[in-house]
Amino acid sequence: MTIVLTPTAEHDVATRDGLWMSAADAEKITGWTLKPEGMCRAEACVPMPASAVKGTEIDVEAFWKKLGGPAIAGEARDVWALGAPAQERNAALEGLLAPDFTLPDVDGVPRSLSQLRGKKIFLATWASW
Amino acid sequence: MWQQLYAELKDKGFMVVAVAEETRGADHARPWIEQAKSDYWQLIDTEHRLSDLYNLVNVPQAVWIDEQGRIVRPPETAGSTDHFRRMDLNTRTMTPEDQAERLAARVAYLDAVRAWVTTGKHALPAAAARAGLPMVTPEIAEAHARFRLGVWLRTNGRATEGDRQLAAASRLHPDSWSMWRQAADLDEVGKASGPEFWQRVQALGERPYYPPPKL
Repeated sequence: MTIVLTPTAEHDVATRDGLWMSAADAEKITGWTLKPEGMCRAEACVPMPASAVKGTEIDVEAFWKKLGGPAIAGEARDVWALGAPAQERNAALEGLLAPDFTLPDVDGVPRSLSQLRGKKIFLATWASW
Repeated sequence: MWQQLYAELKDKGFMVVAVAEETRGADHARPWIEQAKSDYWQLIDTEHRLSDLYNLVNVPQAVWIDEQGRIVRPPETAGSTDHFRRMDLNTRTMTPEDQAERLAARVAYLDAVRAWVTTGKHALPAAAARAGLPMVTPEIAEAHARFRLGVWLRTNGRATEGDRQLAAASRLHPDSWSMWRQAADLDEVGKASGPEFWQRVQALGERPYYPPPKL
């Protein structure tokens, strides 16, 4: 099994030769679905090179790099991080709709920015360091 | 830090969300949070998810979001200034003049938040808000992935390998003080404001550590 980290989740999936996995697992991790025209999400489809698809298995590393996202493996290649593609982050921010997120408060209660819709929000960072 | 502001404005449809970029976790942040005696949200972000999502590079930075969930001010320094760069490192004190200027800048920033909440002033039109957004580069995107991996490795008993990823993240995104200082803090509490930190600050030369907000 291989751990795949996305910006907001951690998955444990069966893989071989890097990040080859079932299309079902690929969809669970990336949100993109394998279709005859390529990997699709909502209206968008990204054509997949023949070398990155075998039957119902896909090479998620190749797909992710094609999307323009970083796919970084740990030294034992048992854990990977798939980062958000830069263009996806830029497009979201340029749309000016504040990206939603859910984080725990100090007692572990999850809080989502979207719960505060209707208020003016001052979103600020700090740290102890 | 923001409690007085929040107490004053909370009945005007205003909320403060303070996010601790704190890989050491809630228990490490708790003393500061308890001392703040705040009743706004105090959230814990062990993976610096917010920095990834909003392209942040330092603390404190703030984003202003209106009732429709739109960003009306891009990420900017929230009430801090560069006066600390001139402090006497032996006594860790600033001159009275610098202290006064620093306080004045903070007061001006808090007044701007007040004005926004009560009159809408300082909310930027879309084009100006967009123009103020720092661009995410492929290097920055990779840095966030490596930071995420590094934190995971560290919390899963692979500290040495994790530190290599955190160091690689900092090399890819040298403008992120949060990445560098968090990694330093994980190495050893206090290192984030130790001699290496001051060398990095010195190396900025004329460039700001805390770019002033363009109010």
